[in-house]
Amino acid sequence: MVSVEEVKGIIESVRKERLEERDILINVLHKMQKHFNNFIPPEAVEIVAKECGVPLSKVYEVLTFYTMFSTKPRGKYIIRVCASLPCHVTGGREIVETLKEVLGIDFGETTEDGLFTLEKTSCLGLCGVSPVIMINEDFYGNLTPERVREIIEEIRKKERGEGK
Amino acid sequence: MKPIVVLVSVDSNSVLLGARHFLNYLKDLVKEYNLESTVDVLETGSMGVYMEGVIFTILPDGVHYLVKKTDDVKLILEEHLLKGRKVLSLEIPPERIKKTVEVEKVAEETRIVLQNVGEIDPMNIEEYIARDGYFALAKVLKEMKPEDVIDEIKRSGLRGRGGAGFPTGLKWEFTAKASGDQKYVLCNADEGEPGTFKDRLIMEGDPHSLIEGMIIAGYAVGATKGYIYIRGEYYGSIDIIRKAIEDAYEYGFLGKDILGSGFSFDLSVRLGAGAYVAGEETALIESIEGKPAKPRLKPPYPPTFGLFGKPTVVNNVETFVNVPRIILKGADWFKSFGTESSPGTKVFSLVGNVVKKGIVEVPLGTTVRDLIFKFGGGVEGGKKLKIVQTGGTAGTFIGPDKLDVPLDYDSYQNHGVSLGSGVILVVDETHCAVDLALNAMKFYEHESCGKCTPCREGTKLAVQILERISKGQGRKEDLDLLREIAKAAGETSFCGLGQSIPVPLLSILENFKEEFEAHIGAEGCPVGVCKFEKPKKKKMYSFRRF
Repeated sequence: MVSVEEVKGIIESVRKERLEERDILINVLHKMQKHFNNFIPPEAVEIVAKECGVPLSKVYEVLTFYTMFSTKPRGKYIIRVCASLPCHVTGGREIVETLKEVLGIDFGETTEDGLFTLEKTSCLGLCGVSPVIMINEDFYGNLTPERVREIIEEIRKKERGEGK
Repeated sequence: MKPIVVLVSVDSNSVLLGARHFLNYLKDLVKEYNLESTVDVLETGSMGVYMEGVIFTILPDGVHYLVKKTDDVKLILEEHLLKGRKVLSLEIPPERIKKTVEVEKVAEETRIVLQNVGEIDPMNIEEYIARDGYFALAKVLKEMKPEDVIDEIKRSGLRGRGGAGFPTGLKWEFTAKASGDQKYVLCNADEGEPGTFKDRLIMEGDPHSLIEGMIIAGYAVGATKGYIYIRGEYYGSIDIIRKAIEDAYEYGFLGKDILGSGFSFDLSVRLGAGAYVAGEETALIESIEGKPAKPRLKPPYPPTFGLFGKPTVVNNVETFVNVPRIILKGADWFKSFGTESSPGTKVFSLVGNVVKKGIVEVPLGTTVRDLIFKFGGGVEGGKKLKIVQTGGTAGTFIGPDKLDVPLDYDSYQNHGVSLGSGVILVVDETHCAVDLALNAMKFYEHESCGKCTPCREGTKLAVQILERISKGQGRKEDLDLLREIAKAAGETSFCGLGQSIPVPLLSILENFKEEFEAHIGAEGCPVGVCKFEKPKKKKMYSFRRF
């Protein structure tokens, strides 16, 4: 359930960064998405629209334009794979194949257990240690297919441990 | 300062290699061995080069170690710090780091932008001040009129480091002369050009230089508010910049009546959310206003009609960082680096199949060959160099025959080799030109904002055609079709994104024509990268009978 108070609280915490009346929408949405585990529920969008004085349709226009935002629930872990050339030529292709195989999903999909969402991203600016992926806010570099398998297995293990 | 200092690189790249972990471990060990009064462990930015580990530098000895595991940290502490003996097995010969004896002369002379990166703790404003930080701001506020600042920047010949190369002083002058009750200074830190990571390393290694440059710009053009627009994925940079802004407020470099001058300036961070096109200045402005990052029709340009319709300066991170240096040392000093039309230095990102991936700052006018072989150590694994893409995905693909072109703002016009954001992507002989072109066009297709038809549809068509070629189903007329699409998109697209499509596409078609032709009507990809498929038989549709 989304409570009006919690959404207002988030907006209020971002207001500190405000220099002008209408300059915080995207920062608000970032914080909102983090709070609601990787997506922004429709109830929250409505409150944001009202509180920030922006028409609902305009908030959705922003949400659907930017690739980092989602209006649909996503996995607990969002895996962003760099698909740009610097990673592509240093083994990135194999990383993409391995991830698709290990997770059993394609780009834009979420695993059945709700743990992982696989997304393609443009250059993450970590080309010094390419190929690179990002899992939520953590980066992993100098990847090999074996290392990718290990990373996914580690997360799965951790999640199984917590579930017990 | 304590007698011994250990510097540990903690930029994003090093953190991925375990830098935080090693740093904390070393700090614990220092406590455990009661060395706290003699050893200082400090964080610093990137040393500019990445190998398979994290670089520890011990001062004043000037010894560099490559740390790969926690045992290495312990060894350094027990041997070097306790007993004063070098750990030869971990020592990196100085020439493997760019800031070294042999290259030091060059490095010292050319590290203008990166002068503090890898030398100071980015989270500590006092270390920045100790290296003449905010001195330029003080000089500007006490001794110079806004017009003097603009004149100095104009005289220095500084040009925008984001890729377009517009003269910075001129941009500032337009904004200063435009009328408006409120003006803004924006920093474009939406670093999205694939292969570019200089702005990330500058922000993570020396955030205060950027802030100082922006305040000076504010004073020069009469702006009292500024924003740093950082890519949403750049978590490390965002945290460091936010902390630096907080500290600058606390020390009175931001806020009201800065250093008692009467000039006030406020600065805040805004985040991107995954849109390459937001790097286009008017799209960036739209994004700060809380809208989709779609470019505006120009003119009017931001200096007259920018953020919230007010006069606005938009500059790249690297451009702003040059400003305090120019103010302190003068335009003539700055002009002594680089070339006549492109003074100063440029921070290049060396990426791909190159031995030493990382960033390097050299005078403008340095050749592609020097960048790859002198600073980058050549092609990885002793393979042959096949393709270099300069300037990012929106840059040119060139073959080994163009390595001796000096890179500056005119090299695209004169030699067909673009400078762009300073990417040097090295590609070895095991890769295929068609595959690279397909990747580049997929990037454009994904990042096209959809506002105008030539870009939205052109990129889609280009991807379709290149996919067909890479599957071995290319047709004779395909290369001409691609050229036509490139030209149409270049001439008729709404913004710089679509207008730049011909740069990569035409250059790769021109410089690697034979490889493209070898894919058409052939049995397989000459390099063995593309997977050829037999065309699927067309299904015959018929009305179903119920």
